[in-house]
Amino acid sequence: MSVQTEGTDTAGATGVRKTEAPPPRETGRPVAKRRAGASAPYLLLLPALLATLILLGWPLVKNGMLSFQNLNPRQLILHLTEWNGIDNYKEVLGSPDFWKVVKRTVLFTAANVVLIMVIGTLVGLLLARLGKKMRLLLLFGLVLAWAMPVLAATTVFQWLFAQRFGVVNAVLDSLGWHSMADHNWLGTQMSTFSVVTLLIVWQSIPFVAINLYAATTTIPKELYEAASLDGAGAWKSFSSVTFPFLKPFLLATTFLEVIWVFKAFPQIFAMNEGGPDRLTETLPIYAFIEGFGNQHFGMGSAIAFLTMLVLLFLTAYYLRLVLKQEEDEL
Amino acid sequence: MKRSIFGRFWPNATAVVLFIGFVFPVYWMFATAFKPTGDIISDNPVWFPTDVTFGHFKKAIAADHFWTLVRNSLTVTILSVLLSLVIALFASFALARMRFKGRRGFLIVFMIAQMAPWEVMVIAIYMLVRDNDMLDSLIPLTVFYMMMVLPFTILTLRGYVAAVPKELEESAMVDGCTRPQAFVKVIFPLLAPGLMATSLFGFITAWNEFPLVLILNKSVESQTLPLWISQFRTAFGDDWGATMAASSLFAVPILILFVFLQRKAVSGLTAGAVKG
Repeated sequence: MSVQTEGTDTAGATGVRKTEAPPPRETGRPVAKRRAGASAPYLLLLPALLATLILLGWPLVKNGMLSFQNLNPRQLILHLTEWNGIDNYKEVLGSPDFWKVVKRTVLFTAANVVLIMVIGTLVGLLLARLGKKMRLLLLFGLVLAWAMPVLAATTVFQWLFAQRFGVVNAVLDSLGWHSMADHNWLGTQMSTFSVVTLLIVWQSIPFVAINLYAATTTIPKELYEAASLDGAGAWKSFSSVTFPFLKPFLLATTFLEVIWVFKAFPQIFAMNEGGPDRLTETLPIYAFIEGFGNQHFGMGSAIAFLTMLVLLFLTAYYLRLVLKQEEDEL
Repeated sequence: MKRSIFGRFWPNATAVVLFIGFVFPVYWMFATAFKPTGDIISDNPVWFPTDVTFGHFKKAIAADHFWTLVRNSLTVTILSVLLSLVIALFASFALARMRFKGRRGFLIVFMIAQMAPWEVMVIAIYMLVRDNDMLDSLIPLTVFYMMMVLPFTILTLRGYVAAVPKELEESAMVDGCTRPQAFVKVIFPLLAPGLMATSLFGFITAWNEFPLVLILNKSVESQTLPLWISQFRTAFGDDWGATMAASSLFAVPILILFVFLQRKAVSGLTAGAVKG
């Protein structure tokens, strides 16, 4: 996912935009050579385009087709194709369960993204304030959390919050909160979501914090000097220099996190399979469980399609922004 | 800037608390994996393992098909990342260096492809793979993982290619290189950090992938490590020592890669791309 952050490139890539500026000087080349070269970009792009059409386009089209079919275990085993028009969509959109899941997914995404962005930004600003040794220490911690493979992290959180012998319950108990000694964290909707949220936020903050810190290092010092000459205090120089400079970065990261949290699958599925009582199913899990768990493949495909629409709706603003920026760049 | 002792104290104290918070789950995974079972199932947590045991690791490794799963995971991950690197190199070179009709369209296609909701397309993919008699095979996994990391790889490498000064290439061509030769001899070596950064993120995505392998590969011989990890605990009846040992084995390759390549990877990220 691309973060188009004008001016926030770190040392490694500061030259990116500069080198794109001069127009190509190809006027001196022989005509024959230029004609042969005209198809070169398309040939170079062909493998990538073919892969995208076959491996991404085909499943998308197939998903669309399946969503208009009555496809249950019988049809699956006998390889029957039974079209049933918009019945699947009628059924999904008419079911209160679906709307509950949509609402839950949006709330879950919003809560996680707000936590990730607020804490991540604060940690990033803290990194910029720390001395070198403390910064390296904190960076090391962040990188470890970032690098943990999602399924290893999910398993560890299951263990941290285990009902019996889990370290979280033991600590809460020893702090005097004795009712928590045998607490079943995966027993209710809210506490399961709390554990999942903690897991996702813990793994996502490093990305925001480290990149935000990298971005702050590229803010020209003169801007702060000018601000302090104008008598700006700490808050004023943050709101008039730091924040405007980081705004494009923050915007892009927020939308990336929206996509990432919205699609979070293993964290929820491996934690408790959407339980208890299907109360922590978000849209991707709901599509999976209706489609595979209950073997309503056509229905599952319809839910999948609607899920993509919701995601598109949530990210439309960002997409428009990126597309506009690309237009300006070319 | 004015900084009193208090001005130093609070940031440092916060940093230490945060450090502990971020490291603790990783520490607890390793600590549990090395602790004797008696210390694991104890009402008072044993914070620092004094008796170190390798029993849990032995148990995890001795589990059925462990080495097959390691081999499957490595094969699928490495192949998919290499494939996407090759395809992305061609594409990113065209996008960064050439002007042609439809360039913007291609960029938009790859940008949108980056958002692909793989998690919800599993039913359609299952049908396609089943209709082609490819269930329980590593080939569909490899090609779909390749596609999952391809757009990211193209867009990131494009930034790296664009950052190589055009003059270097031109002077190589003046010296008699053809354009492809100039690319291989001059640009390719300069792309090394970019290739490392992008392959690191590709590696993580493919190494972690879960929903697809969960539905496509039902036979144990064809599965990968993420699936094994997710089912380990139930299979071993809440044996947390062995589960944490298994998770550690799964996490160590990525942790090592990441800690070593982190600096390059992060500057690569800000160069124009992100995470899977």
